Amino acid sequence: MGSGDSEMHVLAVDDSSVDRAVIARILRKSKYRVTAVDSAERALEILEMEPSVDMIITDYCMPEMNGYELLRKVKESSELREIPVVIMSSENVPNRITRCLEEGAEDFLIKPVRPSDVSRLCGRVRH
Amino acid sequence: MDLSLLQRTYSDLLSSLFTEGILNQQFTELQQLQDENNPGFVYEVVSLFFDDAGRLINELGSNLNQQVVDYKKIDAHVHQLKGSSASIGAQRIRNVCQGFRDYCEANDPQGCFSCMQQLNQEFLTFKSKLETLFKVEQQIVASGGSVPMIQ
Repeated sequence: MGSGDSEMHVLAVDDSSVDRAVIARILRKSKYRVTAVDSAERALEILEMEPSVDMIITDYCMPEMNGYELLRKVKESSELREIPVVIMSSENVPNRITRCLEEGAEDFLIKPVRPSDVSRLCGRVRH
Repeated sequence: MDLSLLQRTYSDLLSSLFTEGILNQQFTELQQLQDENNPGFVYEVVSLFFDDAGRLINELGSNLNQQVVDYKKIDAHVHQLKGSSASIGAQRIRNVCQGFRDYCEANDPQGCFSCMQQLNQEFLTFKSKLETLFKVEQQIVASGGSVPMIQ
């Protein structure tokens, strides 16, 4: 479950330093505690050390492991599967969106992500 | 310089960036994320973009000059640059990237070289104009004034 702090903890994953800074700022301004990492591999390391993450928001296109693969790993894990995962992508590809939602993604956001996109996720954060 | 003149200069510069299509609404979204707790947010993100884009453009140039051009690799770099430029509202750079991707898909060397030239030019223009904007902003803040937002 959540960390017990009043702030919800969101893990943001994006290999782009620019996008990572933007999504982290949007989330922090919405009063979330944010851990921002630059790869899915690093995200899994964080989740192993600190499974009390209330939501994961990840870019789709990343080198090595992409956002879809991260989603699958989270949903396959008994410890992590309850964590809502939101996918972000700069490309509006219907097959990609369908595939992610069918795999259990909470939502699929088209970049650039706006504060209003994050506001509507608020009710779906695990707590 | 007089504070109100600085603020007018800033407003005019910012307006022209929108009028010329160099920036779009996304930049305004970034400005709205800035507040007294994060007064340098826009400057920080744009600085990240300068570094990121500079690196990507160098790699693109290097990849295009290879004997055998790897269009998939070039497309991957352009995709990244398109994404980050869209995230900060760098509209013209983003638009050049869109065209560049089309030429990559077609494995068109001439088209790619042409886009590379445009990209270099757009990036230099963007960097120069945003650096000027930030200098004026710093002068406004140093004079104790508030930075006007685009209306």
